[in-house]
Amino acid sequence: MSLLNVENLTIDIAHPRGTLHAVRGVSFHVEKGETLCIVGESGCGKSLTSHALLGLSPRVAKVEAGALSFDGTDLRRLKERQWQKLRGLKMSMIFQDPMTSLNPSFTIGSLLEEVYMRHHPGGRSAARARAIEILKKVGMSNAEERLHQYPHQLSGGLRQRVMIAMGLICGPDLLIADEPTTALDVNIQLQILRLMQQLKEEMGLGIIFVTHDLGLVARFADRVAVMYAGRIVETAPVAELFANPCHPYTRALINCIPVPGKTRPGEPLGAIPGVVPSLIGPQSGCAFRDRCAHATPLCARALERKRDGAAHVYECHYTPEETAA
Amino acid sequence: MLAFALKRLGLTLLVLVSVSIITFSLVRLAGDPAIALAGPEATSEEVEAVRTAYGFDRPLPAQYATWLGDVLKGDLGFSNILQRPVLEVVMERLPVTAKLAGLSVLFALIIAIPLGVVAAAKRNTIIDRLALSIAVVGQALPNFFFALVLILVLGVGLRWLPISGDKTFLHYIMPAIALGYFATPAIMRLTRAGMIEVLDSDYIRTARAMGLPRSRVVMKHALRNALIPVVSLTAVQLGFMLSGSIIVESVFSMNGIGRLGWQSIQRTDLEVMQALVLIISVIYLALNYMADLLNGLLDPRLRVQ
Ligand SMILES: Nc1ncnc2c1ncn2[C@@H]1O[C@H](COP(=O)(O)OP(=O)(O)O)[C@@H](O)[C@H]1O
Ligand SMILES: [Mg+2]
Repeated sequence: MSLLNVENLTIDIAHPRGTLHAVRGVSFHVEKGETLCIVGESGCGKSLTSHALLGLSPRVAKVEAGALSFDGTDLRRLKERQWQKLRGLKMSMIFQDPMTSLNPSFTIGSLLEEVYMRHHPGGRSAARARAIEILKKVGMSNAEERLHQYPHQLSGGLRQRVMIAMGLICGPDLLIADEPTTALDVNIQLQILRLMQQLKEEMGLGIIFVTHDLGLVARFADRVAVMYAGRIVETAPVAELFANPCHPYTRALINCIPVPGKTRPGEPLGAIPGVVPSLIGPQSGCAFRDRCAHATPLCARALERKRDGAAHVYECHYTPEETAA
Repeated sequence: MLAFALKRLGLTLLVLVSVSIITFSLVRLAGDPAIALAGPEATSEEVEAVRTAYGFDRPLPAQYATWLGDVLKGDLGFSNILQRPVLEVVMERLPVTAKLAGLSVLFALIIAIPLGVVAAAKRNTIIDRLALSIAVVGQALPNFFFALVLILVLGVGLRWLPISGDKTFLHYIMPAIALGYFATPAIMRLTRAGMIEVLDSDYIRTARAMGLPRSRVVMKHALRNALIPVVSLTAVQLGFMLSGSIIVESVFSMNGIGRLGWQSIQRTDLEVMQALVLIISVIYLALNYMADLLNGLLDPRLRVQ
């Protein structure tokens, strides 16, 4: 049994010009101790999907799923109170902007202790000890002193470490990280990702790592789900995906990754021509067809999932050989 | 925090000096104080005699220095009309107004903050609109009219509360409601706007993602940040009530400084008016200073440069 199992997740949002079909039948699973990367361009529905896993969908969103289970619990049946017991304790989430994601009015210590005490009734001293322990674990020096600092006194990278500490203080089984390093500069970005990698191994954590940066995926994922316009168009173990991409969109994304030594400084980065289609109103066929060099009239017809080996699934009317450039 | 407090104190003192200069000039510009003192029937020799006796012939800066020295020693002058020291007259009346203003603000906060929080939590629903209506009635009704309604209902009709005077705590209830209700809409709207903004912020999403219960998210994580601007507004409202209580004090026959100011205008008692302007300004600045300090305590980001 998977740690997290999502089947046919759809998220609709009411829009003045009709229904926005933001997420259209997404299925994936995450195992204990595994990093699943969800990768895709901005606006393809990554944040809506990841928020839905914690019951944090915006009020305007209508969420439905064929199955949504975590560690044997059917998440679709949970009441708000039951969600609250799960969040922070069994699964946690960290967010993109560490500058705004920590409450500016409280010290690091009180923020961390509050989360621990919420899920472990008992004294403040146990919470304090645990806060120090987790701060050390996320690689913060002078943990005792940090407890008394306010978020604004820390750099972006340190704040994101505090966010991770908050997410992990109760020892959850699943950590959802929605673009956790997008707001940080490149060096700090790699430090934070290595830290997550290391914690995953130490704590046996399942991680959902959401990003728009396929370059990071190559280094940190175990498995990858490529999202486009509200659907997962291809999913495969990381090595397999890069060695044998089957969907034209995946290939286009891979071609956009700058290669050290080959991409010269100043040269414009590759970009996929065209724009993402509007998801307002009824949708049919392959959403990538307007931007795909291999598109034919057949591509407007309903899609089916194809397999290429046991763990490699993609959604294209054509085989990789047919669409190879 | 100490550096923050000292810096704000310096600014406050600077404003205080300007205020004292303005107050001093006001009276000098209002007319020739020598003529006012000597009386309408005095000959020009008598006026000149008064002028030299009181030092009005000296240069203005020198006169200001003397006046300021007296003020700092607690000598606010002598009211020729009441034949009593001004400080004594004002101090007799100040506690009434201070109590009235304090109770009014308390009333306003007790009504406005819960209304603002509920309205924000249930934004764009019937409850939100209802909360706003309750608050806005206070501003739509003129002060004196609302006071009269209170008197008619609670005083004359139900006979629950005394309708005039300032002897007991009960005397303050209706005036405080009448005055405080007027401040309710502004505080309520600011609380609502602040809460809506904060509830949409990333750190509220973080608090929810960590499993904190909704009540705690709203009352601890959101309210504390939403109230930061409300503190400053409350200080302003309190200062406003100190000087703006003329109507309410008159309707309820309370002997506060609002009524004293009105009486002093009627009998052109310049000395008392000057003292009132100065004292109200000082209180106003002190309130704002305290609001700054409170903000510094609430918002750690303000404490550093
Ligand atoms: N609260 C919301 N209200 C209306 N539309 C939303 C809301 N959240 C997301 N959307 C829309 O849903 C789509 C997917 O958004 P999102 O999941 O944030 O994308 P991503 O995280 O991949 O960049 C976008 O078109 C976005 O405009
Ligand atoms: Mg996003």
